[in-house]
Amino acid sequence: MYIIVVGGGKVGYYLTKSLLEEGHEVLVIEKDPQQYAMLTDELEANALQGDGCEASVMADAGLGRADVVVAVTGDDEDNLVVCQIAKHKFNVPRAIARINNPKNENLFRKLGIDVTVSSTELILSQIERFIPAQSLVHLLTLRNVGVSFVELEIPPNSPALGRPLRELGIPDDSIFPLVIRGGKEAIIPYGDTVLEPGDQVIAVTSKGSEEMLRRILRG
Amino acid sequence: MRVIILGCGRTGAYLARMLAAEGHQVAVVDKNSAAFARLGSEFPGELVIGTGIDEDVLREAGIEQAEAFVAVTDWDNTNVMAAQVAKDIFTVPRVICRIYDPLLEEIYHALGLETLCPTLLGAIRIKEILEG
Repeated sequence: MYIIVVGGGKVGYYLTKSLLEEGHEVLVIEKDPQQYAMLTDELEANALQGDGCEASVMADAGLGRADVVVAVTGDDEDNLVVCQIAKHKFNVPRAIARINNPKNENLFRKLGIDVTVSSTELILSQIERFIPAQSLVHLLTLRNVGVSFVELEIPPNSPALGRPLRELGIPDDSIFPLVIRGGKEAIIPYGDTVLEPGDQVIAVTSKGSEEMLRRILRG
Repeated sequence: MRVIILGCGRTGAYLARMLAAEGHQVAVVDKNSAAFARLGSEFPGELVIGTGIDEDVLREAGIEQAEAFVAVTDWDNTNVMAAQVAKDIFTVPRVICRIYDPLLEEIYHALGLETLCPTLLGAIRIKEILEG
């Protein structure tokens, strides 16, 4: 695949390197001459100096034949413009934008950018996972369809103990595709599965049912 | 007419003063409060500090009641994003977006934004003068 990365900061640099290692053709575009010099030392011809938001630079970079464009600069408005030009002017099949301000995620979707990655939110959710007090951890959120993958740990005093899943009154829009027992055994649960203390339950649920799941499984 | 002007540079400030002098209700948004000095001490309009791509800042400037929105910051992409927010999200009836890069202007004009490219206008005018 031909992948164009716009923005050669930390995210752009490591992304380019790992995509190259996977055998893709990659070009990273960086505006700042000093940053570009650092990139080109290591990435050589896979780096291009120029303003990735300027349409002429995009044409030089061969946007017309790119399969994917990823905009990872530190400015959301730049990432928006890169993705819009890629989609509308060069018909790039897939344009992915990094979002710096989580508030902009909704805005980007309304403005037609379908794939966004919010680095701030990702870091937040990763940190969340390691805070033990957190009773419900978001693993993945598919905003367009309003569905989240969450993880809950069953405490020793859980009201869900000793009864099969089918009797717990789990909301209709929530299912448990996986239970991890003792940190290593993967169980695909059925209606007659009985949870044990320490089980990690992976649930697919809607935003509105999260609180109910928390009550059922953790009390 | 209730107008929001994003960017209090030379163009933004000049336009704001002209419109205010004609009695229009003007709000000016800039992320740098020092820029408001260009409006002079007598400016009757509203001043809002903040970035123009933030929905909350735009609401504070009264975008929900605005009849026109003009994006004239010194950064094309900020203008492009703010203009789309004004047009597509707040459905402001009249939205004008300044874009310095002629190619970018062509693209967004084709995508339905009301755009203006001073680079191109200036070059065309200078050429006309040269050719007498």
